[in-house]
Amino acid sequence: MNEIVQLLIYGVVLGSILTMGAIGVSMIFGILRFAHFAHGDFMTLGAYIGLAFISAFGLSPWWALPSGMIGMAAVAVLIDKVLYQRIRRTQPVILLISSFGMALVIRAAVQLIWGSDNQSYAKGIQFPWRLDILGGLRIKPDHVWIVLIAFALVVAVHLFLTRTKMGKAMRAMSDNMDLALITGIPAERVITWTWVIGGGLAAAAGVFLGIDTRLYPVMGWTALLPVFAAAILGGIGRPYGAIAGGMVIGIAMEMSTLVIPAAYKPAVAFAIMVVMLVVRPQGLFKGTL
Amino acid sequence: MITIDNVSKAFGGLKAVQNVSFEVERGSITGLIGPNGAGKSTLFNIVAGLIPPDSGRITLEGTDITGIPPHRLFHMGLVRTFQIPHEFSRMTVRENLMVVPAGQSGENLFNAWFRWARVRREDSRVLEQVEEVLDFLEIGHVADELAGNLSGGQKKLLDLGRAMMTDAKAVLLDEPGAGVNRTLLGRISAAIQRLNTERGYTFCVIEHDMDLISTLCEPVHVMANGELIASGPMAELRQNEQVREAYLGGGVSGRAGE
Repeated sequence: MNEIVQLLIYGVVLGSILTMGAIGVSMIFGILRFAHFAHGDFMTLGAYIGLAFISAFGLSPWWALPSGMIGMAAVAVLIDKVLYQRIRRTQPVILLISSFGMALVIRAAVQLIWGSDNQSYAKGIQFPWRLDILGGLRIKPDHVWIVLIAFALVVAVHLFLTRTKMGKAMRAMSDNMDLALITGIPAERVITWTWVIGGGLAAAAGVFLGIDTRLYPVMGWTALLPVFAAAILGGIGRPYGAIAGGMVIGIAMEMSTLVIPAAYKPAVAFAIMVVMLVVRPQGLFKGTL
Repeated sequence: MITIDNVSKAFGGLKAVQNVSFEVERGSITGLIGPNGAGKSTLFNIVAGLIPPDSGRITLEGTDITGIPPHRLFHMGLVRTFQIPHEFSRMTVRENLMVVPAGQSGENLFNAWFRWARVRREDSRVLEQVEEVLDFLEIGHVADELAGNLSGGQKKLLDLGRAMMTDAKAVLLDEPGAGVNRTLLGRISAAIQRLNTERGYTFCVIEHDMDLISTLCEPVHVMANGELIASGPMAELRQNEQVREAYLGGGVSGRAGE
């Protein structure tokens, strides 16, 4: 019992991190109609931008979050203007392959600038809180913060989508592109906002991953598969589904270590994605955005 | 208001529209009728900027708008609706209307973060306008319903509402009566009439329902085989031999005849 609850906690932490990536993937798919393969490397780059900021100014590790998010949002918009905007009118498959190329470019750039060794935000070991329930649970303070901040970001995205004009325009575009265009919804501005949010959340996922473990150049790439699994599980193109999808995948991945070796965790995400695409390709939820 | 000047369009060997000219007068509700395949919808699509014409010109209040894409025409005050209603199905009716007006501060990256007060003010002004539109069209009771759940007729009213949210000068209505029950049809027709007389909107209407056309439209233009064959008030057209011929000869006499 103790072990199950402990894994559940790890699962919620992993789920929070995956959710940050999956919301972005889902929104980009909803608006731009392509699977953004560079999203994992957006996570990596966001984490490293945060690292650069805190080491330059000697700040505490938590400053990596806002600085990484703002920096990555700006980089995402820049990448869109330089690359994706030019090929917007081509087939989705060309955009998909281009984003794959962009993933390689970003990863190579990260390795060139920061090297391929492991890095971390804070030196030393953090001692977990011990709770005397269920025979003693260990909870790391960092994990509590990750879940709380991820929750706050999800609430912020929700408020943006439902309360602001731009958020409504974004939902309108992912709902009915033709009608959005002829009713004068400013497509390019909606797209810019999509990258700001997608890039910012990707950086949050990257920083969380870095805080939880460490930073290395393929950290985001290895997280990309579960992120996509989460987005597909929730119904790609629907940010709210991505939240549920992220949690399910995260918890399933951690729980699986009860019965199979931990090295197979990504395979669990893969298996869920495949089953989902066969059984219910539209995702868990319909009509939720 | 809208001048259609000698417009032609062929798809391969099919001459869909041939040398059609007429004017949609300011403040009028102009009708466009004709049997299926007469070229009405093609002409509409040309005016709305979806298809470029092979030759001829379209002007809106003297400005040449030939070949200008639909989203730019929207900002110039020319709005169209579709035969099959379009809506943002996963948003509420109220939200469907709120997203329409463009060029507000809230959409600017800088303003949204740093000028909350101004964005708030504009949003509340938009909301007032939305309530007014909902009242006018009498669809207030479904304001919080997802637009995808509306009936066909309610969606057509929502289409009209979308046009009302802009300062539309002219509205192109593609079969506002298609697939709508009688009761709602009366309301749609009344709304068009009131928008025309009270608010000064100009309409150009394609419609197969002759009752709707004769109550609403003056003048009416008749197309057949891509050509304009007659124009005038509906009462006169009913007596016109060529018009009868077109409908009967076209084999689509049913709804149009008498």
